[in-house]
Amino acid sequence: MSWADRISPTVKSIPPSGIRRFFDIAAEMKGVISLGVGEPDFVTPWHIRESCIYGLNRGQTSYTSNAGLLELREEIAKSLYNDYQVTYAPRGELLVTVGVSEGLDLAMRALLSPGDEVLIPEPCYVSYKSCVILAGGVAVTVPTSMKNEFRITAQELEQFVTPRTKILLIGYPNNPTGAVMSRQNLTEIAEFATKHDLIVISDEIYAKLTYDGTHTCFSSLPDMMGRTIVLNGFSKAYAMTGWRIGYAAANPDFIAAMTKIHQYTMLSAPIMGQVAAIEALKRGEKDVEQMTAEYNQRRRLILNGFRQMGLDCFEPKGAFYLFPSIKQTGLTSLQFAEQLLQAEKVALVPGDAFGDSGEGFVRCSYATSTANIKEALIRIERFVKSIKNR
Amino acid sequence: MQELLDLLEKDFTQSPEELSIMLNMPVAEITALIAKFESEQIIVKYQTIIDWEKAGVDKVTAVIEVKVTPEREVGFDAIAERIYRYPEVRSVYLMSGSYDLSVAVEGTNLREVADFVSTKLSTIHGVVSTTTNFMLKKYKYAGVIINDQEEEHRLVVSP
Repeated sequence: MSWADRISPTVKSIPPSGIRRFFDIAAEMKGVISLGVGEPDFVTPWHIRESCIYGLNRGQTSYTSNAGLLELREEIAKSLYNDYQVTYAPRGELLVTVGVSEGLDLAMRALLSPGDEVLIPEPCYVSYKSCVILAGGVAVTVPTSMKNEFRITAQELEQFVTPRTKILLIGYPNNPTGAVMSRQNLTEIAEFATKHDLIVISDEIYAKLTYDGTHTCFSSLPDMMGRTIVLNGFSKAYAMTGWRIGYAAANPDFIAAMTKIHQYTMLSAPIMGQVAAIEALKRGEKDVEQMTAEYNQRRRLILNGFRQMGLDCFEPKGAFYLFPSIKQTGLTSLQFAEQLLQAEKVALVPGDAFGDSGEGFVRCSYATSTANIKEALIRIERFVKSIKNR
Repeated sequence: MQELLDLLEKDFTQSPEELSIMLNMPVAEITALIAKFESEQIIVKYQTIIDWEKAGVDKVTAVIEVKVTPEREVGFDAIAERIYRYPEVRSVYLMSGSYDLSVAVEGTNLREVADFVSTKLSTIHGVVSTTTNFMLKKYKYAGVIINDQEEEHRLVVSP
């Protein structure tokens, strides 16, 4: 009997991330331009970094309360109210987590019994399905399509709902597609959730990176406050990925259950990150505006570039990803990504890494300089032409 | 309009075609706006930031605190003009506080700058006193960090 046989069958059943496999190839090469990065190219604004340094100088190196620093929870409550007019009590309805990733894991473990089903529109962030499976649930993916700009509809969800369905997990603005849902779109989903008495987990980490209209927080919809767990954090809007600070906002029962797991497994999110997050909320709004404006310029640049190549591409209105179709090249997503990397040294992520309905697409991150985007577009165009001439 | 100016201030080498895409505006409108900015002197000049030290060219800069006696009717402007007309003078600001004009003077060596201050600047009618501060190192100029050590730390591919 080998050590590998001792691994839990649940863990064995989960495939390693499709991104990881591609990363190993790309990381070996020199001179690669990467459109494969799922995090901002900006470094955390200096005043936020400096506030952490100041905290360290004053000896802020301890645990915090399980729920997180009260001052941070108060600032989060204020910003949620200012942005979306939703009211959460800093004591009892907010939990500071180690990124949205931990929040998602906590929510799943707190809510799922073995066999409970979770509806997940696809393509989706790579960890959604695994989190559900690790918590003993069943991930039921619901494909979305470019035809509908990768939005999910109640009609599509209806086809997959069963008596065992307990949770609907959505993430808009979406990674990898850049899709957003309008208030009208979400209202339809809210009615569906009420009809089937589902809990909605809404991952809104890209909320502030919305380029057309404003983001709607799911719990701000009528009667959704109780049944929604809002997950958000600082990674994308404030360029704070490595700090690992996120939060969950929900009714006191859900937060208490999630806090129970959090206190035994994580104890608290790192205080250094929490201190920095307070500064981000207090004085970071201008940074967010500047970064968002720059992403928006790059978004237009990269969208225009792909359309000029003749590749089908819908206009993404959120996050920092473009999700063009590469079907007309006759290659699979993985073939396209691998051959492009070998031929032109441009890294992007094959769409099937985000679920089966991502096949035929590639994810291009525009969280990189305009110079990089311009050079990458030249190389990709050359590659696409070379395929057509084969 | 401000977004266009922001982009140009950061990098004026971007073509009107690129700017048109990034700002979602017709090329003709961009070209017309730039022409307007130029003619109205909103865009004063296009310049490049050069690290002369790295280029191996010796330059010495001094920031001089100048106290002056303002003149009736023209205030500080007349005397400021007499100073900024000198090509050695790189910048002139009217300041609040303990002195009036902040004057940056550039030369190829210390002697040249000192000579300019003693023979030209301090002898101008109306200049009461000067305090010369030599610049030792340039860290940041016009919003640009001269020798930025911050590196790219991100993974090549991440979810």
